[in-house]
Amino acid sequence: MTLTQLLVLLLPELVLTLTALVVLGLDMIWRNGSWSQRFLLWIALIGSVILIAVTVLIWPLTGTGGLPIAFATGKDFGGDQVPMMALDPLALFFKLFTALVLILVLLASGDYVRVRIRFRGEFYALILFGGLAMMLSAAATNLLMIYLSLEFLSITSYLLTGYLREDERSTEGAVKYFVYGATASAVMLYGFSLLYGATGTLDLAGIATVLMGGMVPVHWLVYPALIMVLVGLGFKIALVPFHQWAPDAYEGAPTPVTAFLSVGPKAAGFAVLMRLLLTALPGFQLDWIAVLAGIAIVTMTLGNLVALWQSNVKRLLAYSSIAQAGYMLIGLVALAPEAQSWTTGLNGLLLYLLAYLFTNLGAFAVVIAVENHAGSAQLDAFAGLMRRNPFLAITMFLFLLSLIGIPPTAGFVGKLFVFGAAIQRQMIMLAVVGIVNSVISVYYYYAIMRQMFFGEAVDTSPFDEGPGLRVAVGVAAVMVLMMALYAEPFIRLASESVSLLAASF
Amino acid sequence: MNFPFLTLITFIPLLGAVVVALMPGKHERALKLVAVLFSVPSLVLALIAWLLSAQAAGEMQLLEEAVWIPTLNAYYRVGVDGISLPLVFLTTLLTTLSLFYSAYTIKKRVKEFFALFLLLETGMIGVFVALDLILFYIFWEVGLVPMFLLIGIWGQPQDRPQYSAIKFFLYTLVGSVAMLLAFIAIYLTTGTWNILQIPSLKPLAGNPALAIAAFWAIFLAFAIKVPSWPFHTWLPDAHTAAPTAGSVVLAGVLLKLGGYGMIRILLPFFPDLFRQFAPWIGVLALISMIYGALVSMAQWDLKRLIAYSSVSHMGFFMLGLVAAAASLDVANPVLNSRAIALNGAVLQMFNHGIITGGLFFLVGVIYERTHTRDLKAFGGLSAKMPVYYGVMLMTALASLGLPGLAGFISEFMVFRGAFALIPTYAIIGIVAIVLGAAYILWKIIQHVFLGEFSEERWQKIFNPAHWHFSLDMARFEVITMAPLLFFMVLVGVYPAPVLNGINAATTALLAGL
Repeated sequence: MTLTQLLVLLLPELVLTLTALVVLGLDMIWRNGSWSQRFLLWIALIGSVILIAVTVLIWPLTGTGGLPIAFATGKDFGGDQVPMMALDPLALFFKLFTALVLILVLLASGDYVRVRIRFRGEFYALILFGGLAMMLSAAATNLLMIYLSLEFLSITSYLLTGYLREDERSTEGAVKYFVYGATASAVMLYGFSLLYGATGTLDLAGIATVLMGGMVPVHWLVYPALIMVLVGLGFKIALVPFHQWAPDAYEGAPTPVTAFLSVGPKAAGFAVLMRLLLTALPGFQLDWIAVLAGIAIVTMTLGNLVALWQSNVKRLLAYSSIAQAGYMLIGLVALAPEAQSWTTGLNGLLLYLLAYLFTNLGAFAVVIAVENHAGSAQLDAFAGLMRRNPFLAITMFLFLLSLIGIPPTAGFVGKLFVFGAAIQRQMIMLAVVGIVNSVISVYYYYAIMRQMFFGEAVDTSPFDEGPGLRVAVGVAAVMVLMMALYAEPFIRLASESVSLLAASF
Repeated sequence: MNFPFLTLITFIPLLGAVVVALMPGKHERALKLVAVLFSVPSLVLALIAWLLSAQAAGEMQLLEEAVWIPTLNAYYRVGVDGISLPLVFLTTLLTTLSLFYSAYTIKKRVKEFFALFLLLETGMIGVFVALDLILFYIFWEVGLVPMFLLIGIWGQPQDRPQYSAIKFFLYTLVGSVAMLLAFIAIYLTTGTWNILQIPSLKPLAGNPALAIAAFWAIFLAFAIKVPSWPFHTWLPDAHTAAPTAGSVVLAGVLLKLGGYGMIRILLPFFPDLFRQFAPWIGVLALISMIYGALVSMAQWDLKRLIAYSSVSHMGFFMLGLVAAAASLDVANPVLNSRAIALNGAVLQMFNHGIITGGLFFLVGVIYERTHTRDLKAFGGLSAKMPVYYGVMLMTALASLGLPGLAGFISEFMVFRGAFALIPTYAIIGIVAIVLGAAYILWKIIQHVFLGEFSEERWQKIFNPAHWHFSLDMARFEVITMAPLLFFMVLVGVYPAPVLNGINAATTALLAGL
């Protein structure tokens, strides 16, 4: 593979890296607080839009099989030119996904950052680096690369969480996040080392080949390794019981960061989980399905039950996002080998993630708008929102419906596919638990609805959310509706993105 | 392509909702006018569609079909037959009347109210016309949301509107998510969402346990909506709390969604299971009828009383349905009893919509004047409000099944069918009619209109400063009631125009089982 070829395949990553560096550089040139600093946001946004364009442009390059991306540096880890990443449909899906996350988060953060954050350039650059880490981890096909990119993502997340230095909660959240994260990734790394020790390779497909060959004397090492890897990824996705950091980090972090954290690392975690389990450990399917089914059930249930008692919307949405990850996990648990079926579980997972992206980022954008105005994200800050800003109230209502899974919203399509997969695999219990949980969840989403529509605000004056947030909320709302009313392209995208994974397995 | 009747009927209100939502909120008169006007085309089109196709409505009419989500095999597929046509018409009629009535009575948050009401109409009509399970489910849920807000925002503070709203929401959602799982299971075995096609594919025939689970899951969704005892407890709260127009549509249309679902989906999809479980469902119907009537009799809140009477009257509907289902294995039931029972059940839905919708309007009449619904606070109003007395008397008598008015025809047909097919149930059920007469004559007529009129008591509840129309029924209230009275008499005296279509459709439906 020539250098040019390599660079072309890495174009999306390069675009994002360059944008982040430009933002950092200009931040140093432009005086802090100066008028020109507003352009930093624009540059970051333009970079993200170019990212979409570039991703679409290199899409055809993958052909049908997916292209390995190899670096010469892989030499020391099992031979010459070990592929570290792949440009396959799944990776491309997450590149697109990342770009959408970045655009929505950046749009929503403008006003918030202007008012509350001192070092804007670094903030935007860190968010962009977070996006870069997401893309790398979703494309990684090598344990080393997976570990590095996940750590990259974690570190940017810790920094962003603690960004409000004067705020105790922000610092507390960051420290908690960091301590949990460091432990979890150490455990995961140990799991990786066991896998490496047992199979002698870091390449995901290679691990599968070796394990299938039956020549592994310490075959049983895979079980502890599997558990340890699940600890690390469970932490990223915030699956119960590795979720304790999430509510504190979500509540303490600057709200745009919370929005990012609730979608970005979760999606990256799922991408790695899918790839790792299906590519490296397909032979252990029965084992990890059993474990993940249990985790899905407790994650949904605990997330929902604890969310019932929250009075801070950020915290409430934190628990809600824990529960949402539980629903998504059903897609992976109920994966179906035959790709002809309408729901393979995996496509449900991707659809659900996509639905969740628009829904959750939209909801957080509304929270940011309310917080910008009211100065708090407590439930009562939402009182009478319908009178004060009907646009925000109606769109928030739509997002909440989507989180519950009521049609015609994106969340419904996601749930239709993952529950459909569960029924298809005769995992009726899992589907029923999911459904019961959806009903329970109504009650805490209703807490927000009640404030918005039935609550009486102390201050009833209307307020404006500002152009950035208006666009972010508007785009998210339109996409939430689109995904239900014109679902076909989204379903296709999701199905094609997992086709390779489903076929390899 | 034919004229897209059903699409227009369904979506013009949605367009109206959008237009109303985008209009400036200050011009309340204009908002109200626009909202009412946007509901009229659907009414007119529904009437035309009904007149055009009702007499030969044995099979689906006015079909429209378009691919919607190919990978999911989901279609935009709508159509009506003699069962759905009267219900579509009922929906459009009650919505237009409700909007017209509300234009005079809704004072707060006008814009939201009218936009939501139009959105609600789209959801309700959609359920009656959808012939694709996904589409059906989406409309089913679309109707849920606006009603939830209507109850919560415009409910009377003393009736705990928010509690009632979320209770309504949760009850319906529990049923509908269970139904969704069943739909998915059906789709996985049949490969289609087509409501007309699925019966012939015998859904879940290979897996009896799953079939039974799916049957009860779907039954639960519809039974909650109907509502059948013991799933009815959301109804009195929701009805009591809802604003007048909300109660009208809730009783008049939303309950019919459940009944319609039972006939359109549950019975054709699982005829054998329905027959097998008919004795149990019949018991639920009987309990609903008698328990509903007894509880109704014990109420002192006029609105709550009528709410419970709905439980009782929808029990009649279920009895008719059960009678038809229970006898599916009888080759030739006496004198078409099966079709008669099912016809009675469908007609009962239509009549209940007209009559109970009317009763809720009439509760609104007295409530708007006095801001109380306490039966003990009234008495002797017949002298004070003679027109109101007359209209109420007629509607109430229609409700208790007086021959010559609508209620009699459908109740008679239900019992006529049930007596031939499931006589024990019919004999027990007849008690509910007696009880119905009791609560209507004793509670409503006697306590509100008869007896001594006490000026002192009246002064306590009626403040002329708060009421700007005439003391007796105002013109807008008479106009609202007039079409309903017309249908009560028409169906009571000459039900053929309504029944012919229903009969054609039910006969075809039963023949296909």
